Amino acid sequence: MLSIKNLCVSIEGKEILTGINLEVRPGEVHAIMGPNGSGKSTLANVLAGREGYEITSGEITFEGEDLFELSPEERARKGIFLSFQYPVEIPGVPMVTFLKTSVNEHRKFKGEKPLTAGEFLKLMREKKQMVEMDTELTNRSVNEGFSGGEKKKNEIFQMALLEPRLSILDETDSGLDIDALKIVANGVNALKSPGRSTIVITHYQRLLDYIIPDHVHVLYKGKIVKSAGRELALELEEKGYEWIKQENGN
Amino acid sequence: MKDQDKVLKEVTQGEYKYGFYTDIETDIIAKGLNETVIRTIWEKKKEPEFMLEFRLNAYRKWLKMKMPDWAYLKIPAIDFQEISYYAAPRKKPKYESLDEVDPELIDTFNKLGIPLEEQMHLAGVAVDAVMDSVSVKTTFKETLAEKGIIFCSFSEALQEHPDLVRKYLSMAVPVGDNYFAALNSAVFSDGSFCYIPRGVRCPMELSTYFRINAANTGQFERTLIIADEGSYVSYLEGCTAPMRDENQLHAAVVEIIALGHAEVKYSTVQNWYPGDKNGKGGIYNFVTKRGICRGKSSKISWTQVETGSAITWKYPSCILLGDNSVGEFYSVALTNNHQQADTGTKMIHIGRNTKSTIVSKGISAGVSNNSYRGLVKVMPRALNARNFSQCDSLLMGDRCGAHTFPYIEVGNKSSVVEHEATTSKIGEDQIFYCNQRGISTEDAIGMIVNGYAREVLNKLPMEFAVEAQKLLAISLEGSVG
Ligand SMILES: Nc1ncnc2c1ncn2[C@@H]1O[C@H](COP(=O)(O)OP(=O)(O)OP(=O)(O)O)[C@@H](O)[C@H]1O
Ligand SMILES: [Mg+2]
Repeated sequence: MLSIKNLCVSIEGKEILTGINLEVRPGEVHAIMGPNGSGKSTLANVLAGREGYEITSGEITFEGEDLFELSPEERARKGIFLSFQYPVEIPGVPMVTFLKTSVNEHRKFKGEKPLTAGEFLKLMREKKQMVEMDTELTNRSVNEGFSGGEKKKNEIFQMALLEPRLSILDETDSGLDIDALKIVANGVNALKSPGRSTIVITHYQRLLDYIIPDHVHVLYKGKIVKSAGRELALELEEKGYEWIKQENGN
Repeated sequence: MKDQDKVLKEVTQGEYKYGFYTDIETDIIAKGLNETVIRTIWEKKKEPEFMLEFRLNAYRKWLKMKMPDWAYLKIPAIDFQEISYYAAPRKKPKYESLDEVDPELIDTFNKLGIPLEEQMHLAGVAVDAVMDSVSVKTTFKETLAEKGIIFCSFSEALQEHPDLVRKYLSMAVPVGDNYFAALNSAVFSDGSFCYIPRGVRCPMELSTYFRINAANTGQFERTLIIADEGSYVSYLEGCTAPMRDENQLHAAVVEIIALGHAEVKYSTVQNWYPGDKNGKGGIYNFVTKRGICRGKSSKISWTQVETGSAITWKYPSCILLGDNSVGEFYSVALTNNHQQADTGTKMIHIGRNTKSTIVSKGISAGVSNNSYRGLVKVMPRALNARNFSQCDSLLMGDRCGAHTFPYIEVGNKSSVVEHEATTSKIGEDQIFYCNQRGISTEDAIGMIVNGYAREVLNKLPMEFAVEAQKLLAISLEGSVG
């Protein structure tokens, strides 16, 4: 589904990603862990097509297509979803307007008829239940005045609405209380299917108790320096990153 | 150039969508301005005696005045002798039904997305369409007449209700108030007149569509709205002009008089031709709009969405004379390419416990300049006056300008005046967030800008708000469509 080969990325001349290789097959869940500033969000943003990054080498294909040929909105419509580490507020834009536009853009891309207001509200109600999203929140402007945890929940709510092929969750668990964490994990698991894949970026093993990863990778200084099964997450939780740093000459 | 900047540029350099004009035969008098011309206008319009004096008086005042130069605008010299001061459709038609109306006119309205018929049926809006300077069509008159409401062209009002006109004309905007108001008073050809009798709540939104259509004809519209004691009216004015190469002058005057406990809500969507991408052509819009809250607890509320014109010079204002009277000003002004806008309001507090609210949202794109200019003046006897002003500017790209000129004069100690201002750039991260949800940059910008302006758009009547939203998006739209 997703194939990253030797990806090198700089920001303003500074090398951030220094040769990433990653293979995500349909149905798989990959966890990416790593110390602060190692390049996890950078990788997520590059996958989603955010501007301001210089791709110095490497290639990424998504379902066989060259990702760099696609605009951010095309990537989204083809099924790449990024749950933002820091979701932005868009004052004055009602959630419903935003979500309906988003859902209908996806439908248009698939050649489906746009949902009417009534149909959309029905869909929204269904998905809201799934992530226990408060109506009071969906009546506001996009993310406006949402608490940190509410913003994260809102990301998963949108994921549930859009049913993406590849979800990238960038620290969706940080700032969530235990109950919210379970709800978010349930949301992710409910979407799980042989055709859908997930990349979970997290600092905590806890989330991985609920979202069981097939692979765990450690990103360090812009490189994946270790990959293993879910036991790696436990090991990191216990030992921290010191040994990784030492193994990598630092 | 970053991708986003490129799109922003594309998005903000679209051609004017409504660039066409209707070919209807027009009766134009020769160019030039002097007392004879004014007499001719007066004669052609068969106006009552007092109007000749009114016009000549205004003209003589105007001769002694100068173009104002205090606004943050570059105004090219205007040759007032090169303008023709009167144009009227040759056959002055008054129709009973839409079928009788010139199909070309209907077509024009359709292109604007304002199907007259639909408007009348769906929205229950009485439309007084001003084509050039003479009223072509007035609808719903009978329904209104039942309530004693007068809603007609200014010419008609002068014929049928001369005493009302005489009593209130220039009450809010004195003949010599400013250069353009004086000019308008001297030469105005037509406009709208509205009178709501005591205690009557006007059952529908009254609406006028203004159009500039004859080449080289300065437009001097005059609107007079009188809300008698305890009455209410919501009045809509919207306009869009055909694509033109020559600059066209538009100097309208709108006067509102609210008597005790009366309320007038005046909403405008202004979309005159702004000129092309290089700043060529476009309407010069020098408007004087002023309301006077004469009676106790009266209220006047201005809401405007300004997207058009090469130059906009416009300050819808309220004179709060009656105790406890309320003035409001809600504005969205969008400038793009080479447009220049200097707009804002004046709130003059004279009565006690008077209140005013100002919410101004400027949006600048391209190499345009957008200024807010506002005066809040509290007279010494206006005890306990309150004002709140919020002036926000949104910049798109870094070649445009936004300026805020708030003037505050408070003449007593019991009054409170608050002013807040912000300037922001359209957020790259907001656009990316939308992109990531499958929304194109163009749609994202439309959405974000509409969100930014929502507080004001919410003040518009429903149908108008929808139109205004589209207009904001269209005004920033590029090659698409
Ligand atoms: N726009 C930018 N300009 C300059 N440096 C940047 C920019 N974005 C990221 N960086 C740098 O790139 C490095 C990687 O950042 P990134 O956000 O990808 O880290 P991360 O692994 O997600 O960290 P965290 O766990 O704290 O979220 C950091 O050193 C950061 O300072
Ligand atoms: Mg991060």
